[in-house]
Amino acid sequence: MKVAVSSQGKTLESHVDTRFGRAQFFIIVDDETMDYKVVDNLAVAQSSGAGTKAAQTLLDEGIEALISSNVGPNAMEVFKAAEIPVYKAVDKDVKTNIELFKKGELEKITEPTNKGHHHHW
Amino acid sequence: MERIKISVLSGKGGTGKTTVSVNLAKTLKESFYVDCDVEEPNGYLFLNPKIEYEKDVNVLIPEIDYDKCTLCGECVKACRFGAMTKLIKKILVFDHLCHSCGACYEICPYNAIREVPKKIGTIRKGKVDALDFIDGRLNYGEATGVPILREINKMVKDVAKPVIVDSPPGTSCSVVHSIEGSDFCMLVTEPTPYGLHDLDLAVQLVKEMKMPMGIVINKAGERDELIEEYSQKEGIRVLAKIPFKRELAQAYSTGKLLIEVDEEIKNIFERLAKDVLGLIEK
Repeated sequence: MKVAVSSQGKTLESHVDTRFGRAQFFIIVDDETMDYKVVDNLAVAQSSGAGTKAAQTLLDEGIEALISSNVGPNAMEVFKAAEIPVYKAVDKDVKTNIELFKKGELEKITEPTNKGHHHHW
Repeated sequence: MERIKISVLSGKGGTGKTTVSVNLAKTLKESFYVDCDVEEPNGYLFLNPKIEYEKDVNVLIPEIDYDKCTLCGECVKACRFGAMTKLIKKILVFDHLCHSCGACYEICPYNAIREVPKKIGTIRKGKVDALDFIDGRLNYGEATGVPILREINKMVKDVAKPVIVDSPPGTSCSVVHSIEGSDFCMLVTEPTPYGLHDLDLAVQLVKEMKMPMGIVINKAGERDELIEEYSQKEGIRVLAKIPFKRELAQAYSTGKLLIEVDEEIKNIFERLAKDVLGLIEK
């Protein structure tokens, strides 16, 4: 199963990034083999709509689950519509989060955890 | 007569843009007050205009025709605002992120996108004595008030009376659209470090837009030198100081015009109005 984790760095030892739309990187891990791929989050520089852009990047990568923390309302709507479950990351490294995910110990998020960071144009 | 447009802006919120705008408009007697602070228009609370009509402001947002759509995703790539997302079987459109730029509509290779109108707010027009009144109101959660401001600008393009624009706070697109084409910009600030910081942002904006400007210090009293030193350094005139008084705050909180409750303030605004009109004539 392909699981994406928002991350501050580029390895399995990196700390999770508590932001979703503006996370530095996404690490997409095959939870059986622990093979992984690093994806730069190009949405970081987006002045608005970062959440939906980041979600699109992950959908295009074909992920089947997401582990992150602060997922806003727009991104959450995308994942709901795409039927991709979202789990709340614990404040540790990527690897630990994947292990907890496999044991079924991560909490599932179904509602947005923040109201979005609306930018005034 | 050429139209005169005086814009009141501030950078920082809560410095007294509306206070200055409504009192100035009323001091001029024959004027046109325009509330461009579409996220929180409150000038009407002080002027109590009789509203003559109200109209909707619409923008165009994309609607996908799935008979033609091949889910190629070109529209999603073209959208700079993250307002579209491609799923396996459909395109999700986030209306409130859409800036109505039309890029998706233009780029779609299959003509599968229609642009449909969506109401984002309203404009009201009214009168109180010889004073004309317009305000715009953006619906909650919308991306931008700029379409409302464009419409307001059209409505006041050729009016004969001096137009007083009560701008939104900050230095965003909404402010740029509100103050565009002003004959004079009045920058309202308060003598605090925050007031000064945001005043500087507003000054930089007005400089960039190459319009004449002056400063009004509101809630003046304790640390006016903060602003005065800055204005000297920048070579911008301090046009007026509105003193901080408890009675004025009380009058404001009950929706009264300061010029109607305090003789000193009335004189300050009469001088301010005369000075600004004089500066514009030169």
